[in-house]
Amino acid sequence: MTAFWKTLRRSPMSMLGAGLIGFFLLVAAAAPVLAPVPAGSRDAYQIPQDGYSPEPVRPGGKHRFGTTESQYDLYYGMVWGSRTAFKVALIVVAISLSVGIVLGGAAGFYGGWVDEVLMRFTDIVLAFPDLVLAVVIITATVRWSLPNLYKVMLSVAAVSWPSYARLLRGDVLSIKERDFVAAARALGASDARILFRHIIPNCIYPLLVVASLSMGRIVITAAALSFLGLGAPVGYADWGQLISLSRNWILGSSGSPFEYWHTLFIPGLTIFLFVLGWNLLGDAVRDILDPRQR
Amino acid sequence: MLKFIGKRLALLPLVLLGVTALLFCVLQFLTPEMRASLYIKDPRQLSALDSVIEKYGLRKPVYVQYGIWLGQVARGDLGYSETAKMPVSEAVRAFFPATFELTVLAFFPILLIGVYFGTLSAVYKDKALDQLTRIVAITGYSLPSFVLGLILLMIFYGKLGWFPPGRYSLDVDLLVHGDSFRHWSGLLTVDTLLNGEFKAFLDVLKHLILPASTLIYIDLALLLRITRSSMLEELGKDYIRTAKAKGLPGSVIVRKHALRNALIPVVTLSSLLFITLLGGVVITETVFDFPGIGRWGVQAAQQLDIPGVLGSTLLAAGLFVVANLVSDIFYSFVDPRIRIG
Repeated sequence: MTAFWKTLRRSPMSMLGAGLIGFFLLVAAAAPVLAPVPAGSRDAYQIPQDGYSPEPVRPGGKHRFGTTESQYDLYYGMVWGSRTAFKVALIVVAISLSVGIVLGGAAGFYGGWVDEVLMRFTDIVLAFPDLVLAVVIITATVRWSLPNLYKVMLSVAAVSWPSYARLLRGDVLSIKERDFVAAARALGASDARILFRHIIPNCIYPLLVVASLSMGRIVITAAALSFLGLGAPVGYADWGQLISLSRNWILGSSGSPFEYWHTLFIPGLTIFLFVLGWNLLGDAVRDILDPRQR
Repeated sequence: MLKFIGKRLALLPLVLLGVTALLFCVLQFLTPEMRASLYIKDPRQLSALDSVIEKYGLRKPVYVQYGIWLGQVARGDLGYSETAKMPVSEAVRAFFPATFELTVLAFFPILLIGVYFGTLSAVYKDKALDQLTRIVAITGYSLPSFVLGLILLMIFYGKLGWFPPGRYSLDVDLLVHGDSFRHWSGLLTVDTLLNGEFKAFLDVLKHLILPASTLIYIDLALLLRITRSSMLEELGKDYIRTAKAKGLPGSVIVRKHALRNALIPVVTLSSLLFITLLGGVVITETVFDFPGIGRWGVQAAQQLDIPGVLGSTLLAAGLFVVANLVSDIFYSFVDPRIRIG
């Protein structure tokens, strides 16, 4: 842990990444203070609407960041959207890591036909174009009474686990030949105990590096699904959706081509900084845990 | 070698079978009525719901339905894509050349810029140039393509009016669909030139610039980073020290010694990148309203146009398997120490 802070402090880029994520964490934690939920609102994540005119209003006055299409307040959306962004990123990584650990671990540990079946399945999912599979999963599950945002998380997890599974399988293959595994077996440990208590803890680090590096990618993929109109319902505090709301307004009005710049620029910059933070932090984590790359 | 290629190619139909079977499984989340209604194009045909269910065996177990569909494909019938408003085989012929043009126009700049600046930033490690390429790489990697695409549209289409979205303007649309226009390759940049329509060529090129620039900026990071780290590794090796000790000029060491060895992972990665782009770039094509494989695939997925999804996915998945094979072969070709088989 001390080595972690040392390396982090040495590199200004990693510090910037940590700073960005720290900033977003603060915003997410302080959301009710920064952007108070209007009285009578039933869902804090529902962005308050100031009237129903379609035309966005420029920043200033009552709306610090202006409003986007249909008068959704952008400042409120940015602040509460940070919670959505963290939630999506963490849940997707948690699900895909667990699936990757179980499938990759089992494939490497048992070998033989289990390995063959699981890895061919992984190949198939990898061969799929990511977004197309994710969209099919979302549209084909219309009957599930699950909010669309959770379907987005599930579908992004469904296309993200193969890289974890592959990586872990390779490491398990080499670790399982080590003497301490034979010792555990001689002591009569069960398969599950050997796998989860002895093997996986010994090959979890590379996996965590890849997970931290893929955080940014996951946020972008989830936002892309929102951008395609498949995410949360309209008006939910979700950055990707706010960007898709700006799509009709990129042309501005005659004589003032950048009239509605803020509808794109503000959510675009926010999501960029969030992803940038994760990527810089991921690079730092890799440098720390994988000294060969230094 | 041949045996290896044969074995891997034998895997191709297996992966394609798997991909389509997986799609069929996902579709089982829908009720038979819902799946039947996907075949119905007109509300007046709704009374035919039961006969559609009967015809496609939609109440039967999934493997029976899959068998029925496989039978259709075996007879060369990939079905009719509702989103493309044409049969799937025709849709692939219409959309693939567009994606191909975009891929070529994006890929070669990525390769040249990536290798050139990746090498320089390894040679000038931690100098200003290295920091600059690092910033370009990390910002490109962190910027969602739809944000960059919309910003480019705002500036170069909204403000300056230079590069419109789509694949061509209205008059070019009329021209290429006219009787006198001969389609040699389906690639509009090539066909317009062969038909002697230089203005139309410029128009088509103009429509390609923005989506290509988006792809270049977003995907450049990968090549910059790989070239840099691979070069750094080579530059630290003993034979480089020997070359330096012999008194060879720095440029010769970099170009003739280090770069040639450093290019191995770069070649592998770029062949994968090329094929990934060829499989369609969903978001970039959607933002720029560019009628390629990616936009078609995702539109089909959104409207559950099953033949469309299957068609575009089969293409992308097939390319993916071939790309992996090609990069493995390439690997053993550029580095004879690596044996495959």
